[in-house]
Amino acid sequence: MTKTSEYRVIGTRPIRHDGVDKVTGRAVYGADVQLAGLLHGRVLRSPHAHARIRGINIKRALALPGVEAVVTGADMPDAGDRVAELGEGAIVLRHLSHNTLAKDKVLYKGHAVAAVAAANPHVAEEALGMIEVDYEPLPPVMDVQAAMRAGAPLLHDDLITESLGKTSGKPSNIAKHFQFKLGDAEKAFALAEVVIEHEFHTATVHQGYIEPHSATAMYNPDGNVTIWTSTQGAFTARQQVAELLALPISKIKVVPTEIGGGFGGKIRVYLEPVAVLLSRKSGRPVKVLMNRADVFEATGPTPGSFIRVKMAADKSGRLTAAQAYLAYEAGAYPGSPVGAGAMCVFACYDIPHVAVDGYDVVVNKPATSAYRAPGATNAAFAVETVVDELCEKLKIDPLDFRAKNGAREGTRRADGPVYPRIGMIETVEAARQHPHYHAPLGGAHRGRGVASGFWFNIGLKSSATASVNADGTVNLVEGSTDIGGTRTSIAMQLAETLGIAAEDVHPVVGDTEMVGYSDVTGGSRVTFATGWAAYEAAQDIKRQMIDRAAQIWSAKPEDVTYNAGLLQCQTDPKKKLTFKELAAQLHATGGTIVGRASVDPPGVGGAFATHVVDVEVDPDTGKVTILRYTAIQDVGKAVHPSYVEGQMQGGAVQGIGWALNEEYVYNDKGVMTNASFLDYRMPTCLDLPMIDTVIVEVANPGHPYGVRGVGEVPIVPPPGAIANAIYHAAGVRLRQLPMSPPRVAKAILAAAK
Amino acid sequence: MSKVHIQAKINGKDTELLCEPRQSLLEVLRDELRLTGSKEGCNNGNCGACNVLLDGRLVNSCLVLGVEVKGHSVTTIEGIAGPEGLHPIQQKFLEQAALQCGICTPGFIVAAKALLDRKPKATEQEIRHWLAGNLCRCTGYDKIVRAVLEAAR
Repeated sequence: MTKTSEYRVIGTRPIRHDGVDKVTGRAVYGADVQLAGLLHGRVLRSPHAHARIRGINIKRALALPGVEAVVTGADMPDAGDRVAELGEGAIVLRHLSHNTLAKDKVLYKGHAVAAVAAANPHVAEEALGMIEVDYEPLPPVMDVQAAMRAGAPLLHDDLITESLGKTSGKPSNIAKHFQFKLGDAEKAFALAEVVIEHEFHTATVHQGYIEPHSATAMYNPDGNVTIWTSTQGAFTARQQVAELLALPISKIKVVPTEIGGGFGGKIRVYLEPVAVLLSRKSGRPVKVLMNRADVFEATGPTPGSFIRVKMAADKSGRLTAAQAYLAYEAGAYPGSPVGAGAMCVFACYDIPHVAVDGYDVVVNKPATSAYRAPGATNAAFAVETVVDELCEKLKIDPLDFRAKNGAREGTRRADGPVYPRIGMIETVEAARQHPHYHAPLGGAHRGRGVASGFWFNIGLKSSATASVNADGTVNLVEGSTDIGGTRTSIAMQLAETLGIAAEDVHPVVGDTEMVGYSDVTGGSRVTFATGWAAYEAAQDIKRQMIDRAAQIWSAKPEDVTYNAGLLQCQTDPKKKLTFKELAAQLHATGGTIVGRASVDPPGVGGAFATHVVDVEVDPDTGKVTILRYTAIQDVGKAVHPSYVEGQMQGGAVQGIGWALNEEYVYNDKGVMTNASFLDYRMPTCLDLPMIDTVIVEVANPGHPYGVRGVGEVPIVPPPGAIANAIYHAAGVRLRQLPMSPPRVAKAILAAAK
Repeated sequence: MSKVHIQAKINGKDTELLCEPRQSLLEVLRDELRLTGSKEGCNNGNCGACNVLLDGRLVNSCLVLGVEVKGHSVTTIEGIAGPEGLHPIQQKFLEQAALQCGICTPGFIVAAKALLDRKPKATEQEIRHWLAGNLCRCTGYDKIVRAVLEAAR
């Protein structure tokens, strides 16, 4: 374990660099962009969940005074069959194009059909009502199991199932079927002593960021385009717009604004290409905004799913075999996170025999996007409740069971990888030692549940440049959208490496022309990978500072040391300069020093979490109240502990919402009936207690400061932990999300019969 | 649509503006006065990101028409800090790391100020009750509630 005292900056809690802008309302988010001559864009969306478009008439809309441009799918160039890699998931370009503006079919309620740019937003909205779309409604299919059945309405005539590397030859809603196998699960189940098997359903849920999507574009007569947008990845947005509109990337500049939450949902482009088309047609800058209903109905939720899990253990409590069937709703286009779900499903455990089948299935819902550990939470809900049932049957404490069966260094996951040093067991140990686990529940209808979770984290590419100022501060330009305090966690790694204060670094998130290529803010990668780029940029500065000091002292660079911000000549120890003192001499001795780095680090450290929750279940109404919550997580090394705790708390609470209330409710026409924050019930502060956190630090050997990704895994355990707590409180096992009051009450009533 | 002439006190200053009768106060603040600190998260009063004080009372500016503030006083997030520095609630938000993406922060700070103006020693339960009209999706509210509790000491 890394000791905090090794570091001077890492592990401290400085005030974030962008803090004052954000508490005073001065920070500029996507919708805050203002330009001279700006037009306002709005998007017309399909009222049908599934329909053929027979024709679109835009004449009346164009004639409305104040309307400057109207675009439809006909304005989008034909996209080929190329696959675009988005950093956290990939998509076929043609699908992305049709999702941006529908061509001949709409595949979900809210699917974009046309867009208008007008002098003000109200005129734009009026104009939308004047666009005449001739639809031929088709029957929708809204559920993964229904969509898989023979004879189900087909979304795509050309979608052929790819099953275990072979194609079926027949159109279907099943895009893909794949398998992971380890050992011989079938044989192991035949010999098993205790087996538990159940089916699970989870609802479609949304990331729920408070800032709706927006994009502002200015198309210049020379063909250069500038796009201001709230995105998780400026370079990925640039790539997508370039591919979709057949423009060279050199013609596109993407300026990432501040981003009001994303959680994976602001990686794919929706409005950016539309804004560019409207700007090109009108000759004016255009800002296009979504409203909240648009966000729910037309941006990426995370899939509803059907899952079957079977697990076996011997009488000593050792897991012997596990099997999972995962069918995830991709939404309108293939590409659900079922692959990740299938890799994560048993990732917390050391199991010799495993078989996992995954299915990616299209349904008439918005195309799903990444959502915080995409795919993992659905799977963990199923596995963690089955594990709890095994523990009950074997009469083993659930944490003892996890300590016995938990994954550790050397464990092979069913999809292949063997774990390096990981911290699963350490999170279980920390849970066992936590007072929460031993505290009396203190009342009737109360229960305690535990669950664990895993997420891979990713590395990918990051760039940074850092310039030394004459006053000894450093300007740091990096390319990772700051979604939750990463300017600071990156700047702290630069400061640590240089031996200067965190406050002496001025971090800036650059646009696509200010900084080298950087992948998306996703996969819990930024503090790990962009932090690594900052570390390397600092090393570059250190090398140059040593050379400069050597030059000033007429010494050899190898005789100059650099320790904790102090340069010293080893052959003449009286010669020494602090970082600040040398910085002041740079201009007079050859010019300033700029450090730079571009990295693609391989040493990603997986993240494990174990959560403990106490609930009280109202036996009459089925309402579940969270009484106490403790989130325990191996973070490798907490660079800024407050923001690490914040990720753990925020992730846990999103998971609580997913567990207890959140779901897309559809009517029989495939129309979402709760597309507002009033009816899509996310947790408020009144629904919650404080969320306790325990930071466990098992250093990642693949990072200079031991950092693992932190952001995603905390959403994984809550639904399983809460389901287990509900069982121990009320005696009913819930196997469907959300575990909302009507569902819990129904289960309690059924059990009483 | 013809515009209406409005005089109101915005962040302590007498202000004149023109707005359409159909524009909400939030639109007027953002689009006419360029005070973009008030955010639109839902435009129907459910998220609190557009919270402002109207004659000292907490309102969702998306649910008030611009023309309704004629002759009244409006305080937005831009009016919470003065030349003398940050308001204690803002300072506590920074110290307690009570924001991640920051989009809900202006609304929370305005709402918290409305509470502490009335109840300077508000308890945790009073704070949770009062702030239930503000949605945050990043923090799980823990550090927000702690920041307001600190400011209430």
